[in-house]
Amino acid sequence: MQPPRNNKRYSAWSLFREGLRGHSGWEEAWRSPPGPKSSYDAVIIGGGGQGLATAYYLAKNHGMTKVAVIEKGWIGGGNTGRNTSTIRSNYFYPESVALYDYSLKLYETLGKELNYNIMFSQRGVVTVAHSDAEMEIAARIVNAMQINDTDAELFTREQVLAKAPLLNSGDAARYPIFGGVWQGRAGVARHDAVAWGYARAASAYGVDIIERCEVTGFLMENGRCVGVETSKGDVRAGAVGIATAGNSGVVAGMAGFNLPIKSYSLQAMVSEPVKPCLDTVVLYLGTGTYMFQSDKGEIVVGGGIDRIPSYAQRGNPPVQAIVLSGMLEMFPSFGQLKMLRQWAGVVDVVPDSSPIIGPSPVPGLYLNCGWGTGGFKAIPAGGVVFAHLLATGEHHDISRPFDLDRFRTGRLVDEAAGSGIAH
Amino acid sequence: MTSHRIGSIASETLRFTFDGTRYHGRADDTIASALLANGVRVVGRSFKYHRPRGIMGYGVEEPNALVDVTLNGVTTPNLRATTEQLVDGMAVQSVNASPVAASDRNGFIDRFAQFLPAGFYYKTFIWPDWHRFEPSIRAMAGLGRLDPANEPPANNPQIAAFCDVLVIGGGPAGLRAADQASKAGKSVMLVEDGREVGGSLLSRSAEINGQPGLEWALQVAAALQAAGQRVMTDTTAYGVYDHNLVALWQRRPGQSDAQWRVRAKEIVVAAGAIERPLIFPDNDRPGIMLSDAALSYLARHNVLVGRQVVLATNNDRAYSVADALRRAGAQVTVADLRSGAREGAVANARIEAVHGAKGVEAVTISGKRITADCLLMAGGLTPSVHLHCQAGGKLRYDETIAAFVPHENLPGLKVVGAAAGQYSLNEILGVGGEAHPYAIAPAWPQRDAKGRQWVDFQNDVTVKDIALAERENFRSVEHLKRYTTLGMATDQGKTSNMNGLATMAALTGQTIPQTGTTTYRPPFVPVPFGVVAGRRRGEFFNPVRRLVLEREHRQSGANFREYGGWLRPAWFGGANGPANIRREAMAARTTVGILDGSPLGKIEVIGPDAGALVDYNSYNTLSNLKPGRIRYGFMLTESGVIYDDGVTSKVSDEHYVVSCSSGHVAGVVARLEEWRQDRFDPSRVFVHNSTPQWATLTASGPKAKDLVTALGLGVDLNDAALPHMAFADGSFDGAPARVSRVSFTGDRSYEITVPSTKAAALLAAMGEAGKPLDAVLMGSEALLLLRAEKGYVIAGKDTDGTTMPHDLGVAGPMQKRQNEYVGRRSLFTENAQRTDRQHFIGLTVEGEQMLPVGAHGVERVNKKRRSIGFVTSSYNSPTLNRPIALGLIERGMERKGEVIDLVHLGQTFRARISDPCALDPDGARLNA
Amino acid sequence: MQLFSCPFCGPRDETEFLFAAEAGKVRPEPAPEVSAADWSKYLHRVSNPRGATREIWVHQTCGEYFLMERNTVSHVVANTQPLRGGEA
Repeated sequence: MQPPRNNKRYSAWSLFREGLRGHSGWEEAWRSPPGPKSSYDAVIIGGGGQGLATAYYLAKNHGMTKVAVIEKGWIGGGNTGRNTSTIRSNYFYPESVALYDYSLKLYETLGKELNYNIMFSQRGVVTVAHSDAEMEIAARIVNAMQINDTDAELFTREQVLAKAPLLNSGDAARYPIFGGVWQGRAGVARHDAVAWGYARAASAYGVDIIERCEVTGFLMENGRCVGVETSKGDVRAGAVGIATAGNSGVVAGMAGFNLPIKSYSLQAMVSEPVKPCLDTVVLYLGTGTYMFQSDKGEIVVGGGIDRIPSYAQRGNPPVQAIVLSGMLEMFPSFGQLKMLRQWAGVVDVVPDSSPIIGPSPVPGLYLNCGWGTGGFKAIPAGGVVFAHLLATGEHHDISRPFDLDRFRTGRLVDEAAGSGIAH
Repeated sequence: MTSHRIGSIASETLRFTFDGTRYHGRADDTIASALLANGVRVVGRSFKYHRPRGIMGYGVEEPNALVDVTLNGVTTPNLRATTEQLVDGMAVQSVNASPVAASDRNGFIDRFAQFLPAGFYYKTFIWPDWHRFEPSIRAMAGLGRLDPANEPPANNPQIAAFCDVLVIGGGPAGLRAADQASKAGKSVMLVEDGREVGGSLLSRSAEINGQPGLEWALQVAAALQAAGQRVMTDTTAYGVYDHNLVALWQRRPGQSDAQWRVRAKEIVVAAGAIERPLIFPDNDRPGIMLSDAALSYLARHNVLVGRQVVLATNNDRAYSVADALRRAGAQVTVADLRSGAREGAVANARIEAVHGAKGVEAVTISGKRITADCLLMAGGLTPSVHLHCQAGGKLRYDETIAAFVPHENLPGLKVVGAAAGQYSLNEILGVGGEAHPYAIAPAWPQRDAKGRQWVDFQNDVTVKDIALAERENFRSVEHLKRYTTLGMATDQGKTSNMNGLATMAALTGQTIPQTGTTTYRPPFVPVPFGVVAGRRRGEFFNPVRRLVLEREHRQSGANFREYGGWLRPAWFGGANGPANIRREAMAARTTVGILDGSPLGKIEVIGPDAGALVDYNSYNTLSNLKPGRIRYGFMLTESGVIYDDGVTSKVSDEHYVVSCSSGHVAGVVARLEEWRQDRFDPSRVFVHNSTPQWATLTASGPKAKDLVTALGLGVDLNDAALPHMAFADGSFDGAPARVSRVSFTGDRSYEITVPSTKAAALLAAMGEAGKPLDAVLMGSEALLLLRAEKGYVIAGKDTDGTTMPHDLGVAGPMQKRQNEYVGRRSLFTENAQRTDRQHFIGLTVEGEQMLPVGAHGVERVNKKRRSIGFVTSSYNSPTLNRPIALGLIERGMERKGEVIDLVHLGQTFRARISDPCALDPDGARLNA
Repeated sequence: MQLFSCPFCGPRDETEFLFAAEAGKVRPEPAPEVSAADWSKYLHRVSNPRGATREIWVHQTCGEYFLMERNTVSHVVANTQPLRGGEA
């Protein structure tokens, strides 16, 4: 479906023209109807990146515009707005590469497609190995990626240091640099912009985005889900999709089933802004810490999850110490910087750390969850395959391996098992 | 010169430079007070428009005066001039200015401001490509400069502390709370962000209990210390975390900063309040300052911020500031925005224009131009409720003081004083009497604002930007913040958040409470990364485990590497690894190699149910062993995947010793303990990890028996008495010694286990006994090679997180075992029974080229390559004199003899699938 | 940093503890009689409550497993007790 042109195009020219008249002509980036209509062809619970992208692709790829996205708070306010915004497809299994590399490809043109600058900066990601044994694993991953037709290079120590000269290369380094896995097409984007860009484009197609509206239950008829109960009234729907990340277990509980998902806090931090000093994304296998420098100049740093099941979006000093000491072990000079902000998201962790996409045990109700710590990078592909599922009731080829059924058959897609690297 | 020091300048003994110009300051100066004393007006440039900026505040709220400071050759970026103590010899450099703040060549950007509204970058740079623009955008952004040579050492201690009452803030409210708690017999900690206690009493005169306020404050602090309570200045409480834990950042003179983690039964937040700027056109000019700040510079540093001062206010509090400035010699015009101005003040004043781009020259008030060199803003106080909110506290909007205050105190955390909206000293001290006057008529920004009126100074967010956000539906405060970057600068919105959300309220027609606040998160101020990270660096970062014989091995020329968290000899001899590994491997096949196997797990399982527990833990049944015998087997996860392998020795029906790989000891102990407590009677079986108590040295090779015989351990080494996979107990040097016949090399091997205290003596004895036998010391690398020749698997290297025992051809227990064991059901899932699983196999290449580890076997399906598995181990076998390799390949066991293609980094290889065992498949060498 | 109370050692920092499982799970046995669905449920399905929860934790310092009732949003710990003598 061709995008309707009922919203103002963004461009240098329109910015210039608006600048001359005090920017009075800009329209709402997305419409905010006061409440949902009584019925839609599809309702998506959760106005994060996944939910908004799904709505957009329902309209664009399937011509479905009687669609509502129902968001409890404000759009992009969950993990879409709390992650460290890295986009990569350096995965081991072909199933994973098919999903994440498709997503990366969609990201490459997303700014133009949505007419919204999401600032996808393909500055590359290097995963650093610290021993001969880890270099062997790195080679295993690079070869798998090349076989699966995504870009990957096995970096030497010198190549790693050329990309990140401030890395700790001294004799006292706890984790010596042997080399690493390089993916040059990977990078970072402006996370909020992805949510807003999809919201704007979906809204232009006629999708209703209902914020501050909480789903409180499901409308059931003959064992089939036919809509949702919300704080702003009942809404009937041909298909209902759950895209609620860390709260997926709670929403599934309303529909009467459990998921193989546990919710944990994941923290991230940023420094005060400094002039450019790090031009790529770096992850150490040894420390589990990764970081990059935002366009604004802040060092953005993240690491592993807090190991305590939690729905509190709160940080915690012990994990901060682990993540930040990891960063300083990697970049000793960053010890002159200060922690400006720190926050936490609630991540939906699945035993094999791969998403769950597919029909739920309740007919009419579909799942897009379990992205854990890595959902942001998969927003475009997640949206495409979930839209396909909601529109047709059938799996997209890419999403089939990620069906909930894999836990019964045992055929998990466990990247850590295959590559030795948790994603 | 406008701002200046009054009184004597005799004490101006500290030398410093700012942007290359030399100045002098006093020992009690901050960088900001010293700059003001020297009349420096432009101290920095704003983030986006590069507008010239001056000092606006006095403390942590300062948005403008960020500087890079070089001291003793080390530069630290982005220090806040208002809180940084002046030190003799400092070179202070403005940030985000090139070359200097006074003349920044990027200052022209401000002229294009109308084309650069909030979020302009979302609307442009789309064509032709963001990557074209990003480098120059990045170069423009950022504030200070990182000094690549400045690598601060990891010497920030992290100190745990406990107290009954932790009082945060050393002003009158905090002092009173601490004093009361102390007198009630409680243990108290009082922390003050500034250098001295006293809070508002440091700058505002008051009388308390008949004595000057500051005198009272110092007396209370002294009494607290005399009572044994801790009073910490220069210490910032930056975060409240779960279960009443407060994180403090302490600056210690002459020492590194420290982090304190204080667990308090009760937290008292007396963090005070921060003055708000007023919103009017060009309210960001250098020379425009908060009125409280002006008072503090005067009272604490003898710095008068201007000679002709305009003081704009919407509340009564400012009048005492005007009085103080007048007493110091300034001419002050009070422009009261309210109708009820006091005598001598301009009533209903409107600040219409501020003249002077690089410093206030005049102010137009209600149509009248007044010459001025300084404009002070008194917009009312915003209580510092951050810590209350971090802890989950809610707020309510108090109309009478036009501010958010705590809705109600949380259990274990109360807010007092100005932080709770109590601005009257009498009220704070609970002495009754007259409240200090604080009548305020809020002057929030209006919808029809003219000109450019700054809300967030550092990030250049104006009222128009907020209006644009409102127009475009970024109305939620969180969207507003993210879209405009309001409150996201290094001052974290301390002066801007309240004005920002009031602006949004005015634009949407909602009330301020309806508009709401953003979430408050730690840290209250930016905290050095090192303080949060602590000392966990270098050798303290995931410390390696060390062998009891490390020193001896080093003396023998060992090259150490990390294996499974242990630092172990990789090989002995010089730096040439491959040659030495080959030498050691050859010797172990022809004479005897001596290996330190101490890190291998030695986990004792003891008690009547010991057999049942080890059976349940293991894929193979172990309890049917005879005492004195050993069996090899796997441990699975509940998902059926191989977790580890190892041998188990049966000492008696009630005593087993489970061995496992060195990296898995903690994990195996944990799983044994979990099952013990979960499904056994824990009084009938016990698990004890004795790995560190014992050292194990292994002799392996054709002459191993000769070597062990020479040790005289009192063990019958006859093969009939001690066959392969059996053990016997003897003694060494008066201590128990266990001799076990297990082999990871395929040759006759003896593992000798003695108490760790006897390890050195045993090594020496083995060395002595080995001399006539041409024995060699052998490192881990040679062992890895030797076991690969035999096709012995290393769990985690030759298996991955999907490998099940039948993938290694060990299907017996799965098919035959009748009782439960960990992972059993998972061996029968659809996936476990797939016919295309990857099997552990050998790979034989023609010719001399080794297969690279990590190379993948490939086949083509519809012209597309797919991986069928990969190489896990690869060596040049010195014994066989050819390359050998192991791998996991789809249906490998059924495809033996088949030649497959492999790829590695674009290079192609061919290899024949073979049995993993390349040497001595009959096992004759075990008893040779 | 949370404070958990080991029933054997008293209140200790969270870093000494590990979450083991949600309380109330029973391992289905014997394997030949367990359906794939039931096994999957045992292995993977969790109730993951937002709010009050009952969990099994281990205090790594002493090695004892115990039952903890706490809130996954507020992090308030309501109760901890040994596995035996309790009704875990």
